[in-house]
Parts: sequence; C-alpha cells; structure tokens
Amino acid sequence: MLLAVIGRSAAVTVAGLVILIAGFLLLHAQPALREIGFVRFFADASWNPSPGPEGRFDIVPALVGSALATALAALIAVPIGITAALGSTFFVHRAVARLVDSGVGVLAGLPSVVIGLWGLTALVPWIARIRAPGASLLAAALVLAVMVVPTIYVASRGAFKSIPKTCLDGATALGMTRIGILRAAVLPTVKPALAVGAVLAITRALGETMAVVMVAGNVAAIPRSLFDPVRTLTANIALELPYATGLHRSALFAGGAGLMALTWSLVVLGRCISRAWSGEHND
Amino acid sequence: MESRSSAIVPGARLRGFGGVMLFAALAACARTEESSVAVVTSTGAAGVSVTGTVSVVGSSTIAPVLGELGRLFEAGHPGTRINVETGGSTRGIVEARSGRADIGMVSRALTVNEQDLAAYLVARDGVALILHSGLEVQSLKREQVIDIYTGRIDRWVGVGGPDAPISVIHKAEGRSTLEVFLDHFGLKPTDVRPSVVVGDNQQCIKSVASIPGAIGYVSIGAAEFAVADGVGIRLLPLDGICATTANVRAKRYALTRELNLVTDATVSPVTRAFIDFVLSSDATETIRDLYFVPIGD
Amino acid sequence: MTEARIHRSTTSKSDVAVQTASWLALVALLVPLGLIVGDLLMRGATSLSPQFLVDSPSKAGREGGIGPVLLSTLLVMGVCLLVVVPLGLAAAIGLNEYLRRGGFAVRTVRIALDVLAGTPSIALGMFGYAFFCIALGMGVSILAGGLTLACMVMPLYVRLSEQALRTVPDDVRAAADALALRRYTAILRIVLPVAAPGLFAATGLALARALAETAALLFTSGYVSRTPGSLLDPGRVLAVHIFDLSMNVPGGDGPAYATALVLVALLLSVSGVPRLVRGFTRRWSHPV
Repeated sequence: MLLAVIGRSAAVTVAGLVILIAGFLLLHAQPALREIGFVRFFADASWNPSPGPEGRFDIVPALVGSALATALAALIAVPIGITAALGSTFFVHRAVARLVDSGVGVLAGLPSVVIGLWGLTALVPWIARIRAPGASLLAAALVLAVMVVPTIYVASRGAFKSIPKTCLDGATALGMTRIGILRAAVLPTVKPALAVGAVLAITRALGETMAVVMVAGNVAAIPRSLFDPVRTLTANIALELPYATGLHRSALFAGGAGLMALTWSLVVLGRCISRAWSGEHND
Repeated sequence: MESRSSAIVPGARLRGFGGVMLFAALAACARTEESSVAVVTSTGAAGVSVTGTVSVVGSSTIAPVLGELGRLFEAGHPGTRINVETGGSTRGIVEARSGRADIGMVSRALTVNEQDLAAYLVARDGVALILHSGLEVQSLKREQVIDIYTGRIDRWVGVGGPDAPISVIHKAEGRSTLEVFLDHFGLKPTDVRPSVVVGDNQQCIKSVASIPGAIGYVSIGAAEFAVADGVGIRLLPLDGICATTANVRAKRYALTRELNLVTDATVSPVTRAFIDFVLSSDATETIRDLYFVPIGD
Repeated sequence: MTEARIHRSTTSKSDVAVQTASWLALVALLVPLGLIVGDLLMRGATSLSPQFLVDSPSKAGREGGIGPVLLSTLLVMGVCLLVVVPLGLAAAIGLNEYLRRGGFAVRTVRIALDVLAGTPSIALGMFGYAFFCIALGMGVSILAGGLTLACMVMPLYVRLSEQALRTVPDDVRAAADALALRRYTAILRIVLPVAAPGLFAATGLALARALAETAALLFTSGYVSRTPGSLLDPGRVLAVHIFDLSMNVPGGDGPAYATALVLVALLLSVSGVPRLVRGFTRRWSHPV
C-alpha cells in the first residue's frame, strides 16, 4: 500500500539523517580523539586549546555548563508552559487564549540573536546589580527558558484541547472540583504529550547557541553559583570554530559529538522515567 | 462523508503539489553557472569588461566591507557577481588554498606556514582598551592592565577608581584581536583570568556597556563609532597615546592588526580586477566608512 | 475537537490555587514577550518605513532596506515547508498508524528524532554545507539552505504531528475497521481531519522555528544580500541579516531592530493563517 510504504520510508529517512550527522561529527572529531585521546578530555587541567604541547582540552566545564543551563531552563520553563497551557485551555476566555497563542507564536519565532541581544542589554545589567558580572548561569537559564517555553506550551495546549468535551462535562455533572477533574480526567491522558513537549524543549535548549553565547559569560570553568559565568558546549563551538585550526578544530567537533551523546542519554533517560511514571508503554 | 478529499487531506495534496513544484523549481534553475574563468571581452581600460563570479570567503570582521565593495564593483561591471561568505579567517585560508574560494578574508597577519598564499594588505585596524562609561578611571599604566587581566587586582579601587568589582572581558581563543593584545602586554593565554569571554567586537562593546565595572579590548573603529552613537563605553589611551583612527593612520598608535585578502598563485581576470578595485582609491571611502584605516592613508 | 471549558460546579481552595497559578503562568509567559517586543519597538521603529521593505541594502545594510532579504527568506521557507510538511506528515503517519506501536522501529526512530532535535544548529549548518552544498553540488544556495532547515525543523514537526494524530481515539480507527474501510481511506478521510487542528499548530510552530534559525542558514543559504535570481543562488534570510547588522556592522543596530520588527510582523501573520485555514476546514474536522 503506497501510503504505508511512504510512511515507513519517510520514518526511516529521518532516522538515517541522524546517523549521517553523527557520522559527520565523528569523522571530523576523529583526529582529536586519536591524538588527544578520550581520557584527556576529562582529565586535563583546563580548556586552553593552544597548538603544541601546552594545549589543554578539559571538556568537563563545558559539559557541566550545558547540563546545568539546560536543567535550570527546563525547571523554569516546563511548569510555566504546562500551567499556562492549562489556563489557556480551561480557565480563561477564548479571546484571551487566542491572544496568548499568537503571542507564543511570536516568541517561538524570535531569532536567538534577538533574544540574546535583549538578554545582554536588559537582563545582564539587571543581574549585574545583584552580583557582577551579570553574564551568568542565571542569565543563560532565563534566556533558554524564554526560548523553549513556546514548544512546551504548544505541545501541552494541543493535548489539553483534545480532551473530549463530553468527558469534562460528565465529570462536572458528577460534582467534581476543577482540580479533581484535572487530576482524574485530564492529566492521565495528556502525560505522554507533556513528556514529548518537555523532551523537545530540553533538546532544543541543549542545542541553543547564539543567545547563550551573549549572556552566559563563557568562562570555561564550572560555575559555583547561579551568578558565576558558564560555558556551554555549543558556545564553545560557536566562539572558537571560526578561528580554530587542526587539532583544536577537531577537538571542537569532538565536543559536538559529545553533545549529541549527552542529548541521546538524556532522551533515553527521559523515556525510561516517563515509562515508569505512567505505567503503560506510552511513547 | 462527501468526497471533499482535496480540502481535508493536506498531506496527500501537499505531497503531490509539493513534488511538482520542487521538480519545476529545480528544472527552472538548472542554469549554467558562469565559471570564474572570465571572458575578457576587451583589453586595456581598467574595469571595462570583465565578467564572471568571484567567491570571497573568511573573516566576518571584513565581510561587511567586502560585501559593500562587491556591490559597488557589480554596479560598475555588469555581468560580474561577487559572492561573499563568512566562516572565519581559518576558513578563508583553507578555502583560498584549496581553490574553493577565489579570495580569502583574513583579519590578521599571515603566519610562516601561510606564505604559499599571495596576501594583499587592505586595511589596518587599531585595538583599544574600553571601559564602562560610568567608571571614573582616566587612564591605566601598562602594569595595571597586566595586573587586571591576570586577576591580581580585582577591584577598581586598586587602580584609583571606586570600590567596585572589575569585570574583565576577554576574547575567545584564536581571534587576532586577542593575539595582538596578549602579544603587546607580554601575556600567555593561560595567564588571563577573565570574568566574561566574548566573540566579536560588537558583543564586546555591548557587554562592556551593559556591565558596570567592565573593561575590554576591541577594534578602535567600532569603538569610536559606538561612542559617537552614545553607547556607554569609553576608550582608554595606550601609553599616553589616544585611541583614535587618526592616530592609527598617523602610525602613532602601537596596537594594530592587519586586514588581509589572500589568494593562491593563479587568479582569474575578474578576481584580479576585483582585488585591484579593493586596493584602489575608489574603495578607500567605503573602507573608512566602516571604521577601518585603508592602507592608502 | 471543540475547546472545552471546565464549568464551575464545586470550588475548593486548591481550585483557586490552580486557577491563580495558571493566570500567573500566562503572565510569566507574556512578560518577556512584551519586554522584548517593546525593546524592539523602542530601538527599531524609527528605521521602519514602507521603502524599507522594498529597497536593497546599501552601506553594508545600514541604509536602504531589506527587500532582497525578504525574498530570500520567503524562498528558503518555501523550500523548507515543501519538504517538511509532506515528508514529516508521512513519517508521523508511518510512525503512528502503520509501524507496530511501541515496537523497536518506532522507538528507535523516535529517539533518533529527539537526538536530531538536540543537534546544535552550528553543527547542522556545517553538516548542511558539507552534504548539500559540497557533496550534492548545490553550492551555497537557497535550495541548500531550505533543505538544511528542513533537517533542523523536521523532528519538531514529526513529533508534534504524531501527537496530533494520537489525539484521535483508537475507537475511531476500530470503527473504521469494522466498517471494512481500507486503512489509508480511514487515515485520509477520518483521522487526518480530526487531527487537523493539531497538525496546523505543528506547521505553525515549525515555520516559526524555521524563521528563527540563523547559524544553520548562515553557512548554507549564505551571506550575500543580493536579490537571488534562482533557487541555486545564495541569499541571506532575515535572521542572518539581523545577526550581521547587530554583531558585525558598527552602526547596524537601528536597521537590525527594524528588521526584527518585520520578522515579528511576519510571525504574527503566520500564526494567523493556520487559524484561517482551520476555519475553512472546521466543518470537516468533526467526526459526527
């Protein structure tokens, strides 16, 4: 059946793309992995990728930076996105909901450079008043949260909207409280969708480059507080790739491959958690 | 349900329609690319009749200037196309060498390993220290700058300013501004203790303007413009010489970097014509307009 | 599915809490939007004019307008959508309707999609350059840019479309089966229309995400600000123009913010169109 063939092959093509990209990154990372060696990426004292023997390639601060910034951003964006979608669908006037939907559409389409500029000119000075330099983990997390909340909102809203009216009316007729209805009728069906939204958002946050470069401070060291500067793996690549040669360049690609590995492990972890959480196999 | 399948089946219809469109588009644009080996239809008079495509790749610092010069060249020489792409000085060198690009843009002096390429110095760019405009510090001695950048002094009170933390803004590894700066102050990359690391000039300027207590170093031209535009930064004199493009032009200011174009050994006539244009006096106004110092000056 | 309201029958303290929380969340969502757009208006409104939309950029973009850039953007988005919507929808249908649910193939493809979604845009840009521009010989061009963008946006579109398809209850499919409808008829005539609102939302978000993309397109569709003559010509998109003006060109801030405002206007119209189309097809999205 034609549709079946197209459907299946489309799915496979998409998956094949990932393998191509991963292969591309590994191909370019290979010289670094051979000459510097996997261990040194974690054991070296710092990230100072000068050519020659004094080069240091410790990727741990950037790895930690990516993970922390993304985790914080998710912590902020996921509750806000889901709760806002809840409000839009069930608690506010339809016109207001439509307004919010348009607003979220605009937010989703703002280029990272625009959000980064706003972060640099408005957010960083504000944070700097609390503690210098202002360009910090907190700024990075806030900016990332702003960028990923639309995805969570849209995914959740779609899920909430698909609850049949009859289901909700019936529950109301039974005299259930709003929160009871939410807990019993709404939440169980939408959990998989919320998980999809959260995963998409988290992976987007991991891959985000430009906005983070502008507000995170980009010092290659593990941050000790929210107000310390942080460098993500993506910022590492963005800042240094245009001017890197040879081994340094290769090392940056290795960082990119590492980022894909981190993404993959987070995705798999997310799946295991959501499967345990909802009991049945959702996906 | 009536057979309104065309309206309710976005997928199927779009697929068919899209496929046809894509094919038509591809067919329509299978035009022959003009090769970059030009046909010079008449000899002699400079800039009269070269045609062809020139690809220019490299540093994003020089790209806006070359983009504008390319536009002017195209206007004066119908039938030519100057395609500028960014990607960094390294990419400029690599692609000029491999022939993928006709001209490479490199925002630094060439190293010993790069002498196989022909280099054309297009302009100079000074590098100046800038401060957040609110800071009441008029000048810094050489040792003070070194102490600030190595982290030995971390509050402005240590150099005669207010009691506020110093935010040291530094450039990312590999940039020529960084290399020129470190070289002048005798520092190694590992000596620096930055508070913030930035990428290009505009990011540095905007960061210094946003963070009270910030100090950084940028291209003089960009900084001069920013100051004139009211952005909250201030230029610091270096060893008593004011940081202005005028001083760079007069060769009084010590900290400068080169902006180069590179090609490999053989160039096509249209590439040659374009390089001649960039180095000619017709181009100096455009170069000056974007805050660099043309070599002609 | 029509939007449902939860009508008030009994109100408890936790009800008020939930309601307040959702109002607060909506505000938290809109405040950054307001701040950012307000900032754009403040800094960019003066550079806007009707001429701005039509003229070519001059003096490295500090004067003139964004006419060619707009055209390039529309072309790149067109190419991207022409690839993403059919392919992505087909993939979503394949994943949800044909392949064994929860089977190995489905799980692998889903993981692959999520990993693709997490690829840094720079890495994707470099891959796009190496694959589409060099290996496939398209050169730096609108076509290569559109295809790279399609790779970037595909996971988002497939996952959201899948979600939309999954909101159609399985009883509908079972009923179709009981009526001896062939699988593809059931999908085309019944499942897709019911899932249509979600599918349109997926398209809208994918398009928004595509308009926002900078790094991937910088290397594949290019930096040139000239009017493209064909799909094989290079051309910069709005996001790249904004990036260049604000980060590389001294004095480019005003036009950069103005261009951003044009982008916002484009986004508003994009989120409006799906709703219009949905209005037309609304009659067919109800199963009964």
